[in-house]
Amino acid sequence: MATLTTPQVSAVAVKDNREKMLDRAMSRHQYSGDALIEVLHTAQELYGFLSPELLKSIAHKLRLPPSRVLGVATFYHFFSLKPKGEHTFVVCLGTACYVAGGLGLIGRLEHRCAKSGQTTPDGKVSVETARCIGSCGLAPAVIYDGKVMARVTPEGIETELDKIGVK
Amino acid sequence: MTTEELFAKQTEEQARQQSLKNRILCCTAAGCVSCGADSLRHALSTEIEAQGKAGSVEVCGTGCMGLCGRGPLVYSTADRKLYGGVTAENAPALVSDNELDRMALAPNAVDLEMPFFSKQVKIVLANSGRVDPEKLNDYIAVGGYQSLAKALEEMNPRQVAEEIKKSGLRGRGGAGYPTGLKWELVAKQVPTTKYVVCNADEGDPGAFMDRSVLEGDPHRVLEGMAIAGYAVGARQGYIYVRGEYGLAIQRLQTAIKQAEREHLLGSRILEQGFQFRIDLRIGAGAFVCGEETALIASIEGKRGQPRQRPPYPPAKGLWGAPTLINNVETFANVPTIIERGAEWFAGIGTPSSKGTKVFALAGKIANPGLIEVPMGATLRQILFEIGGGVKGQKLKAAQTGGPSGGCIPEELLDTPVDYESLAKIGSIMGSGGLIVMDDTSCMVDVARFFMEFCMDESCGKCIPCRAGTLQMHDILERITSGQATDEDLEMLKSLATLLQETSLCGLGQTAPNPVVSTLKYFGEEYAAHIHEKRCPAGHCQMQPAEQEVTA
Repeated sequence: MATLTTPQVSAVAVKDNREKMLDRAMSRHQYSGDALIEVLHTAQELYGFLSPELLKSIAHKLRLPPSRVLGVATFYHFFSLKPKGEHTFVVCLGTACYVAGGLGLIGRLEHRCAKSGQTTPDGKVSVETARCIGSCGLAPAVIYDGKVMARVTPEGIETELDKIGVK
Repeated sequence: MTTEELFAKQTEEQARQQSLKNRILCCTAAGCVSCGADSLRHALSTEIEAQGKAGSVEVCGTGCMGLCGRGPLVYSTADRKLYGGVTAENAPALVSDNELDRMALAPNAVDLEMPFFSKQVKIVLANSGRVDPEKLNDYIAVGGYQSLAKALEEMNPRQVAEEIKKSGLRGRGGAGYPTGLKWELVAKQVPTTKYVVCNADEGDPGAFMDRSVLEGDPHRVLEGMAIAGYAVGARQGYIYVRGEYGLAIQRLQTAIKQAEREHLLGSRILEQGFQFRIDLRIGAGAFVCGEETALIASIEGKRGQPRQRPPYPPAKGLWGAPTLINNVETFANVPTIIERGAEWFAGIGTPSSKGTKVFALAGKIANPGLIEVPMGATLRQILFEIGGGVKGQKLKAAQTGGPSGGCIPEELLDTPVDYESLAKIGSIMGSGGLIVMDDTSCMVDVARFFMEFCMDESCGKCIPCRAGTLQMHDILERITSGQATDEDLEMLKSLATLLQETSLCGLGQTAPNPVVSTLKYFGEEYAAHIHEKRCPAGHCQMQPAEQEVTA
């Protein structure tokens, strides 16, 4: 599981508009601890990932123990405690995609970029896997920067990587 | 909106649609969008302007039309034809009313008489591909919210629950608990604060039915939930939807807003005394949250870990209040049952399993896509008549029920699809994912794949599941890399029984199912791996050093 040794968000960055937007989300739920997951969703949308400072500040505002906030943030796959790369490839490894060769796609990405679940050192590409994105008719599928690519081949991955200049 | 206004709106919208020369329905479900439906839709709008037909031709986005393998799909009301593989180049012909222009479309026409369409019976998917999920008026035009009106005006809550009970509807999430009975249980509870929860945390790999229903016809689910709220006496509903389903979330949010504005949800529904609000709760990627008590914990903002039952959610659920939890597809059946009556619904299906079931066909099959068949249809009919048979190689197994289900061999394909028959052969109905595997799939590796899934998704609360799935996965890993012995196989079998009997929730109890069913029907493949160090499908790498890297 992810740990708390993550890059820090500068104190200045936290003070910008995003803080206000996050506050608004919390007040919409009357700062109730029940809304923790909703608040974490909003926080991740705003900041891209959940830094230790961010988690602590959410815990404080929702009057929850920090352990509970960290516990929830690490329980769910959706929340990321590390910043994501500029581009993200999510390879679906649901049954249909697995049977159709999803592993080969992961292999190619791991070969050229980073291990699954990690980001290249230059912060360019994150490689992730998903358990099933519900696009089984299009297997094997990859979500590339939020867009579903259908019937992907390892060569198709190569082409995309070349386009964004990955060596 | 009052009931009279609802009917007036329906007439008005129907008249408007009929006055148009052509309505071009463009499938904008995930499958078609990924092969270019959005740009096609845009091209169609531009073309309508270009041909100066803004008043007589209209283009609408709809939900899934089913035949995902032939996308992008477009249906034209002018000639009542479905076209597949349509591109922007076809736009002028689709908009045109000139016979000669339209001739160019002939190669794209999809035969609506083919078994893929003719063998289906649509209840849940009746509007999918026919209405624009982002327009309330479209849903009202096909009779939407009239079942809610009928329930509120002509029936008391008890009669509604009674009607659902008589229909024989059973939970479509997989377990098949009689829906009417569950409704009565919640209705009988004394506390006045009750909740209705829609389980849209469709986590089974290989299943996309709920997603398609939510994306294609969100108002149907909202109406079903409101009727349930009326029957059990709840004023608040939640839809717990997977965070991965961005489009479904967006369409649900739009639909809820529209319904509230027209007083079809919220306070004073249809200007009557009944009030019912629906809020969304977005899941965060935990398979175990499909289990009802884990789902409740997650809505409460906690880690999604299940708890001991009883008490069951109908007695003590969300925040300790009586809670009705049903699956998306179950709620989607409700408006039609109220509209057409319990007898009509009970006339479809088998004596113990009534109605229809939606399946998501995927894997090595000619027509991957979304289908709805009456209960009791055989797997062979589904796969070969509707699905068009296996692509290329010979069919080896059909997998139903995801990681909780089993692999069904070719010789058992004549099994009718109903809850009991599938359970008898060691699989489950599950939520409806149906994946076809051919000779190139190794069944031991498939079992390993599902075990890895359950191991990763185990919430860690109870030991049999947390440690058992890990041990079983280890053994399967050894088998697929040619390092296992007969003792390992014995251990695998005994662990399977242990997990089934002692795990806290459904995840652990059913996790061994894929192993048990593949052992039963494909035992020789295990033997080949163990004794001959050989993978009959040629899939597994038998040198340990070259093991596949898995996530």
